[in-house]
Amino acid sequence: MKGNFSVRLLTAIMILFSVSFASAEVKSESENQEGKDLKTEIKEYIDHHLLDSYDFGLYSYTTEQGEHKYIGFPLPVILIDGGLKVFLSSKFHHGETVAEVGGNYYKLYHNKIYKTDAAGTITYDEAHHPTNANPLDFSITKNVFFILLVSILMFVMFSRMAKKYKSNPLPTGIGRALEPIILYVRDDIAIPNIGKKHYKRYMSYLLTVFFFVWIINLLGLSPLGVNVTNNIAVTFALALITYLITTFTANKNYWGHIFWMPGVPVFMKIVLAPIELLGTIIKPFSLMIRLYANITAGHVVLMSIIGMMFIFKSWIGSPLSFGLAFALSLLELLVAALQAYIFTMLSALYFGSAVEEHDH
Amino acid sequence: MDKLIEQFSFGLFFWQLFLFVGLLFLLKKFAWKPILEAVNAREEGIKNALASAEDAKKEMQNLNADNERLLKEARAERDAMMKEAREIKETMISDAKEEAKAEGAKMIEQAQAAIQSEKNAAISELKSQVAELSVGIAEKVVRKELANDADQSQLIETLLKEVTIS
Repeated sequence: MKGNFSVRLLTAIMILFSVSFASAEVKSESENQEGKDLKTEIKEYIDHHLLDSYDFGLYSYTTEQGEHKYIGFPLPVILIDGGLKVFLSSKFHHGETVAEVGGNYYKLYHNKIYKTDAAGTITYDEAHHPTNANPLDFSITKNVFFILLVSILMFVMFSRMAKKYKSNPLPTGIGRALEPIILYVRDDIAIPNIGKKHYKRYMSYLLTVFFFVWIINLLGLSPLGVNVTNNIAVTFALALITYLITTFTANKNYWGHIFWMPGVPVFMKIVLAPIELLGTIIKPFSLMIRLYANITAGHVVLMSIIGMMFIFKSWIGSPLSFGLAFALSLLELLVAALQAYIFTMLSALYFGSAVEEHDH
Repeated sequence: MDKLIEQFSFGLFFWQLFLFVGLLFLLKKFAWKPILEAVNAREEGIKNALASAEDAKKEMQNLNADNERLLKEARAERDAMMKEAREIKETMISDAKEEAKAEGAKMIEQAQAAIQSEKNAAISELKSQVAELSVGIAEKVVRKELANDADQSQLIETLLKEVTIS
């Protein structure tokens, strides 16, 4: 046990000091049994790290008495299940107990809330998936909390920056660093892709999405960071907005090119229409998958390399994987900005195609 | 893919959409619009300032060219005036010389004429005085000589002869 503790403490320290690792997540009792080998443990850590959670855990460890300690704070759970149910996630005791709210019982199992009976029984189907009902869940999870935090941060940062322009036409303070980026988005992303005539109405979205994705990616790499963009729900929401903006601001030309492609024979027009129509959905879909996959892959690889330190446990292997992890962290910093750029760039490209004016 | 769909959290999707759209509108009103407007205004200002600087430069060049031209003209005019003045001076000098010469000649002529007339007058006066003197002398001589008539007549005869000869 003592050895286990020191390994865990070391893990915790590594997590805190390797810029890459987000919070080590809480584990349920069943997963933390003796005799599990290190590889499985690391894999579970990684899986857990990639998931959302109902409390804001920074890290956890097991004491010498075999007691789990969790460092962090609970977040509100909001369920719609025969009325609005709001309670703190501390009621779940990290999945150890059943939470009773207004006569209903809920249990946290593999990071999902299931409706159970008072004893917390969970039934499974053949594939070992729980068959219990999922209540409609609008909880302020760790990711939601973080999105809120980043939104507030962005709002404070940029509205303050905007205010300073009133007294001084030149940027001051943080604006000095941010203004070139804003201008970059305008001059190198929006104008070349959308065109001088229409770019203005898309600027707000492009700037917001660029900074949102970038900041949230960067904070995801910080020690307390939470991965937000490796949730498909988040990237789906972003891609959906791009899709909706493209669709609702598109001009006659855009639809003309989809449903009745000019300049090709009638037969081809009929063949092309469904393909083009599908293309309008595939484009934002690729946006969603690209961001999700890049960030997830980056985190998985990075954490695997960090995990290798504990597998090697040698004077050569561990420093080597530490060095590798450090190098990869730097790469991830680049990826964080790159993915924000690509998302914004492609969104701008789609908007550009929606408002393009052809001279036929 | 199964895992992805299983992991898809509607709550997270809802909150992301809600918070992001909220952030979008808030930022649009309180940040992007004022920032982009300020930046645009500044860029316009810089552009205008540069353009007006360019204009001012051009105007300056025009002014310089004008000045140069004016200077050249003034110089040419000055030269012309000086040349004219010189010519006038020369003609005046030569005119004056000629006039002076003519005047001098005239004066000399007049002087000569005056001298001549004076001379003539003097000669005639001299003549008349000589005549008077001669008459006086002659009278005295005659008075003495003409003590007798014969002598008197002879003398007259001789004198007449002499006068006629002279």
